[in-house]
Amino acid sequence: MIKVEFLGPIGKAAVEMEAATLADVAAKLKEDEMLVPWLEKCAVALNDTMVKDLDTVLNDGDRISILPPVCGG
Amino acid sequence: MELYNGPLDVKEIFGRWLDEEAESNYGAYIPFVGTIRAEEEIEALSFDIYEPVLQKWFDEWQERAKARGAVVRMAHAIGDVPVHTSSYVSAVFSPKRRVALELIDEFVEDFKANAPIWKYDVKNGERIYAEDRSTPMDGSGLLA
Repeated sequence: MIKVEFLGPIGKAAVEMEAATLADVAAKLKEDEMLVPWLEKCAVALNDTMVKDLDTVLNDGDRISILPPVCGG
Repeated sequence: MELYNGPLDVKEIFGRWLDEEAESNYGAYIPFVGTIRAEEEIEALSFDIYEPVLQKWFDEWQERAKARGAVVRMAHAIGDVPVHTSSYVSAVFSPKRRVALELIDEFVEDFKANAPIWKYDVKNGERIYAEDRSTPMDGSGLLA
């Protein structure tokens, strides 16, 4: 199992799922219509490191963070 | 990197940073202060921060600065920050001014684009995500 958490304004509780790669996570998250508009503009971190490859392999216990558009300062 | 609940005590932070580097032989110290402006009837801005990724972002900047003989510092507020107070300060110390002037520009601009911080307008006590002023981070849309 991996855990997916939604940061900042997304306002959705974390979910757990079975996934072998980030592509699997994308497919599952897209089943939630509320999330689809967010996914287009969100970045992704795996265990707090930013990732940019859908083929990234996931392991049991991994934690994925969904980061919406930012505005610090 | 320093995070505080509520507005920053700008004078204390800048004074302390100055004291801490007093003997470091830096010829230039360039501070930047971000202050909440009164506009569109907001009472305050409010901030969420994801600290683990922010810390990594900041550590990478510290390495980049070090490679140029410089030091970067920053402090940011969490939660509500009233108008006319400060939510963000940063600074660069370097041996000579040119590196510090360039770094403060690059550091503050990348901060706006890639630091994992979310901003909300506070109006009538309600928090409203400042979506139109927010920037997708590098690599956004990966899961779309």
